[in-house]
Amino acid sequence: MTIAAGGIHRELMKGNEAVCVGAISAGCRFYYGYPITPQNDIPEYMSAHLPPIGGMFLQAESEIATINFLLGTSASGKRVMTSSSGPGISLMQEGLSYMAGSELPAVIVNISRSGPGLGGIAPSQGDYFQAVKCGGHGGYKMPVLAPHSVQEMYSLTMLAFDLADKYRNPAMVLGDAIIGQMKEPFVPTPYVSTVPAEKPWALTGCAGRPRQHVKSLYLGENEIEAHNWKLHRKYRRMEEEEVRFEPYHMDGAGIVIVAFGTAARVSKTAIQWARRDGYPVGMLRPITLFPFPSRAMDEAAARAEVVLVIEMNTGQMLEDVRMSTRHHDKIRFLGKPCAMLTPEEIHQEIRRLAGETARKTRGVR
Amino acid sequence: MKGKAKETFPRQVFQRPDSLVDVRTHFCPGCHHGIAHRILAETIDHFHLRENTIGVACVGCSVFLYDYIDVDVAEAPHGRAPAVATGVKRAQPDRFVFTYQGDGDLAAIGTSEVIHAANRGENITVLFVNNTTYGMTGGQMAPTTMLGQKTATSPYGREFRNDGYPIRMAELIATLEGTAYSARVATSTPAQIRRAKEAVKTAFGMQIREMGFSLVEFLSTCPTNWGMKPLDAQKRVLGEMSEYFPLGVYKERKQADFV
Repeated sequence: MTIAAGGIHRELMKGNEAVCVGAISAGCRFYYGYPITPQNDIPEYMSAHLPPIGGMFLQAESEIATINFLLGTSASGKRVMTSSSGPGISLMQEGLSYMAGSELPAVIVNISRSGPGLGGIAPSQGDYFQAVKCGGHGGYKMPVLAPHSVQEMYSLTMLAFDLADKYRNPAMVLGDAIIGQMKEPFVPTPYVSTVPAEKPWALTGCAGRPRQHVKSLYLGENEIEAHNWKLHRKYRRMEEEEVRFEPYHMDGAGIVIVAFGTAARVSKTAIQWARRDGYPVGMLRPITLFPFPSRAMDEAAARAEVVLVIEMNTGQMLEDVRMSTRHHDKIRFLGKPCAMLTPEEIHQEIRRLAGETARKTRGVR
Repeated sequence: MKGKAKETFPRQVFQRPDSLVDVRTHFCPGCHHGIAHRILAETIDHFHLRENTIGVACVGCSVFLYDYIDVDVAEAPHGRAPAVATGVKRAQPDRFVFTYQGDGDLAAIGTSEVIHAANRGENITVLFVNNTTYGMTGGQMAPTTMLGQKTATSPYGREFRNDGYPIRMAELIATLEGTAYSARVATSTPAQIRRAKEAVKTAFGMQIREMGFSLVEFLSTCPTNWGMKPLDAQKRVLGEMSEYFPLGVYKERKQADFV
């Protein structure tokens, strides 16, 4: 649904659909996927909207086939995307490792659900480790973007395509069932490319040039070692150039919440309530989970009295927060696997921590 | 022809195909990958496809396809070549796309990918080299291993009550509606090699005419892992292997089903 008010054009859509609009705006004309809840809006939208604009939608026989369709289309030099949820993303780990090793760009959207195993279809942030540490073999990294609004489902999907092409590497958008199913207005800002369109490495037939290959096998002496160092330098460059985060009410924040995606969105409400009540609370919201905003995290922890990590799991990003700073004694965790905490629960925790820090300041035990 | 040979012989009747890179292969003596590679290269030349082709290499001895065939090549994860080829063909329908896979790759770990590519009528060509064993990993039992055949992981011989039966892929693929062409060939005699080349040409023709999925299964040798001399390995192909895996054309579409 299109809304036009005050001269600003808005769309009212589900997060999952905003991902599709973002992908198509970014020039993605190839989508492959396999049905899984809670992301089916994405393949359904793409199957309806890609063919009329000359794009390709193909439903695969499995997520294993899906990721290899991506590999082939990416090797052909085209922008390509898939989406899935935890169990399906697990099946794609092999292909992701091959694509990282072969230096192939693609966008993978994980609208995560509860696990492990078949788990459930309730929202969860339990796939943080799999996304950020990378679940495939051999040791690789990929940019992981964590939208916390339908607006960001749109804009971060576009960004994911640019990051994938910039680094010739898969990039992931990590959402969850809430952000995927949530409907709210967003402004479809125009896509502005930040990367060159040419892909001279693509396999297009060797007319007028020597044959070239897309591969990850390196058996020559020292070849694989050199290849690993090359990839490592690429991941370091991502850490230097791609860190994105949002400081929210960080002025004078003695209590700093660290949360991403849906957990950050809900925390914002609790922070607004707490600020209204005079509690000095703010949030540092990682937008890129890899590269993690470690420096900002450390600086915030140094200034804060308490760092409260909030996740829809039992503590995964928590480990990255700990690794970012020496101030471990300040770190607290509030989590709920497979369901989202309410703003009331977060607000209550903020008040409890505020009381704790006040007692500490007064020297009361 | 170079130098003196050019003066001695008035007419050149045999040469290395343009699409076959002039390097020494890593294949063992008596292995038929070299023959299959040559047939592939000759057919690429025949249809003038070299600059218009993307090959997909699989995992196993045949992965080094990219060192030997002078075309663009993508390397697929184990068994996934038909899925990678699908991705390439969907993105570039005007290019010629083939996969080259062994029996462990295609008939075990990649069964799902090849069956669904065939069933979709994916307009690609699959060259399938069946030597009844996993060559590169040291001769373990494959789904195509013959009953009684001793391998590194069937040291007492393949036994159907434990390991099931050798799988006949050319026949299986032929049952699928999307398959335009499915044939099994061997390359143990000159006559067989000639027929194999005809089969590969027909398979290429299917893709060129957009008729759908085409597959040619090669019965091949692996003297190293069979523990046989090359000549004995040939006899095995001509004997028990051809008896269990009969040579022939199992499906040949005459007319595109969309016509």
